[in-house]
Amino acid sequence: MKIGLSAVLLLLGSMISGAVQAQSSELYQQLGERSGIETIVEEMLLGVADDERIAHYFADVDILRLHKLISEQVCNVSGGPCEYTGESMAVSHNNLGINNADFNALVEHLIAAMEQENVPVSAQNKLLALLAPMHQDIVE
Amino acid sequence: MPKRIFYGLSVLLLSAVQPALAQQFESPGSRLLATGGASTIEGSGGGGIVPWATLSSYADEGEWGATVQMTEVQVDDFSLSVQGASFNWNNRVEVSYARQQFDLETIGGELEQSVWGVKARLSGDLVYGAMPQVSAGIQHKRNQTFALPQAVGATDDSSMDYYVSAAKAWLAGPFSRTWVANVTLRNTEANQLGLLGFGGDKRNSREWVGEASVAVFLDRYWAVGVEYRQKPDLLSFAKEDDWKDVFVAYFPSKHVSLVGAYADLGSIAGLASQTGWYLSVQASF
Repeated sequence: MKIGLSAVLLLLGSMISGAVQAQSSELYQQLGERSGIETIVEEMLLGVADDERIAHYFADVDILRLHKLISEQVCNVSGGPCEYTGESMAVSHNNLGINNADFNALVEHLIAAMEQENVPVSAQNKLLALLAPMHQDIVE
Repeated sequence: MPKRIFYGLSVLLLSAVQPALAQQFESPGSRLLATGGASTIEGSGGGGIVPWATLSSYADEGEWGATVQMTEVQVDDFSLSVQGASFNWNNRVEVSYARQQFDLETIGGELEQSVWGVKARLSGDLVYGAMPQVSAGIQHKRNQTFALPQAVGATDDSSMDYYVSAAKAWLAGPFSRTWVANVTLRNTEANQLGLLGFGGDKRNSREWVGEASVAVFLDRYWAVGVEYRQKPDLLSFAKEDDWKDVFVAYFPSKHVSLVGAYADLGSIAGLASQTGWYLSVQASF
């Protein structure tokens, strides 16, 4: 009986995590998988480079490396087959003095890039909800 | 002063101010689209009839912003016209002003009121973090046509409303849409916003009333929602009902927003079941 219950729980557990996995990779697909995500991140960074509110934060940054890291991160949080190889958000933004307005400016460029790439609103919202908790590690 | 010199000085002044103005026009503030909400009929930033914890305009930390609004409400026997403006400093303090003209189309006559408001964000953020954004505000109301309100039992021509609001957005709520909810608790003694004065012959005391709004964004630019506003009932000559509306809001850019609503204002001044439309336009700088 005990074994039976454990087996049921195990099965249920794997079904739920399977469902979560499926849902996450659905988001990954809606974002256009790796190439779609790389395009979105590229457009976002082009927007940032033109935005005098926040462009100065990226003046001394290796943009190609940044593009690679953010793409990895978006791929990873959306359930794609990627490892994020960069530092934690708290470490990489330490002492940069980023405020709420700066953070929102970046979010705006991300949204604009997703709109440009015709990402469905539901997928946009899911990605934004996954990224929003980073606010507390980035904004001082 | 000779006209030409005056003109020259004006041009000089304008050209000095213009770059700052141009910048402000180009980017009305850093908060995300629609997070400034609309303008209420009492001037404060919020929904249409409920002040929200959000502050008007798109000003964020280190920025200032402003809005102007025009609102028209047309129900069976009355119409309300509102003109207003607000100023937001640092997304911390909002100062607002609204003028209301209430046309008694069936009864005859017009009532007028002005409302000054101040609202402060106390804690939290609408979008980020687990806690809601919480704000507190006051509205100072002065009725400029007190003869009629006094005749039907109101005791004062001016008064203050005090309120506390909490608002929260869920970026990916039900149906993977962004949802916003706001609840407001208000302490008031206003009859029909104050258009029928303050205090009354039936009850002459302040009351706590509850107000709430829920909205869902269909995409980045369109939202639909509902609002509910409890009202005191202090005058014996006519029953005052709670207000409710369903609305559609459109935010084509950070510069302008439009809200259309169907409103049910219940019984007003003895005329029952006042329903009709509400239309509001706001420009943001």
